[in-house]
Amino acid sequence: MFDAFVQVVRQDLLAAFRHQSAILNPIWFFVIVVTLFPLGLGSDPTLLSRIAPGIIWVAALLAALLSFERLFKDDFIDGSLEQMMLSPYPLAWLVSAKIFGHWVLTGLPILLVSPLLAVFLSLKMDAFCALFLTLLIGTPILSLLGAIGVALTVGLRKGGILLSLIMLPFSIPILIFSTMAIEAASFGQSYLGFIALLLAMLVGAITLAPFAIAAALRVSVS
Amino acid sequence: MLECRNLTCVREQRVLFKQLNFMLSAGEILHLEGPNGAGKTSLLRLLTGLSSAYSGDIYWQQENIIKQRESYYKALLYLGHKSGIKPELTVLENLQSFQRLYSTQADADLFEALLMVGLVGYEYVPAAQLSAGQQRRIALARMYITDCKLWILDEPFTSLDKHAVQVLEKRLIKHAEQGGAIVLTTHHELSIPESAYKKLRLSAPAEEEQYV
Repeated sequence: MFDAFVQVVRQDLLAAFRHQSAILNPIWFFVIVVTLFPLGLGSDPTLLSRIAPGIIWVAALLAALLSFERLFKDDFIDGSLEQMMLSPYPLAWLVSAKIFGHWVLTGLPILLVSPLLAVFLSLKMDAFCALFLTLLIGTPILSLLGAIGVALTVGLRKGGILLSLIMLPFSIPILIFSTMAIEAASFGQSYLGFIALLLAMLVGAITLAPFAIAAALRVSVS
Repeated sequence: MLECRNLTCVREQRVLFKQLNFMLSAGEILHLEGPNGAGKTSLLRLLTGLSSAYSGDIYWQQENIIKQRESYYKALLYLGHKSGIKPELTVLENLQSFQRLYSTQADADLFEALLMVGLVGYEYVPAAQLSAGQQRRIALARMYITDCKLWILDEPFTSLDKHAVQVLEKRLIKHAEQGGAIVLTTHHELSIPESAYKKLRLSAPAEEEQYV
């Protein structure tokens, strides 16, 4: 069973590395949006460090939205989604593997470039720690929630707008708690409460979302 | 092994077939016939459990397939219109992925399977660079490594050359002789002797029964 998980992740990563524009697009978008803000707003460090959490999180959210299109679409078109649904392994388990692969391709690069962007936006050290933590917890939640929307819209020809309509309301709590945590950190207050709330959301998403996604896929593909 | 009871399929308010009953036992090949749009592919997708019927049930080993998907899928090999080949992966990687995600013979030799479908020399070529027929052959190579009892094949002969068709027909007969069961659709005349397979002809229901 674990073999199947590894196989799904491995083939998704392999396919993505051979098709590089697809993985580079969302992360490029993220970096470009964040670096344009200091150019547009001037380089006043107090202003930048005040709006940095919002900018980084909004850009991360949009980059995630941009990347969802690919999550099940290619598989749907070439028929491997159908085949995955006929595998003797539980669909929710294979779907979890796909989402993990998706997070490695989109969430992880955002985490990796975040120190650089924190410097651009003159974030202080403790605010950056909070930003990193919220991204670490928040991006997997985004991937899991987004996948529900993707699963519901995968059979539609133009599901993109519908997908963002389904997904944005669910991602707003993550955005609010994350930016509040970073704000608290930049004032030197404790932000553990917000992190705990985000962790609770993550646990809920990891345990429940795969089943919702599997059920949504069964509906969409029929 | 496989049994359909009172199966009715409705697409866009149109009845494709009504109250369909049939049984398939080990060693049988069932050839679905019918004009385009008669519901052949719809019936196959119902049989795999990918879509659900308007009414009626499908049983595998006397158990409803919807209720025991995982054990049913251990015994099922399905080849659809879309072959499920990832264009970015090489021929061998595609086959390996089938081997790990579906039930296969313990001692399955991937290279021998590739030899049987005539893809030797293409092991490390990305599937995207192959022709339609060659891509189809990658999917067909699964038949040489699988240990599934029930094969559901939707137009397996599409884009194959004459020689490949013959090889495939031999494989189908061998599978039936070994106690497997096959449901397939094709517009190609099977060269298998008439006595070796059953035919099921789907035709449109009577005019007054066409809509629900």
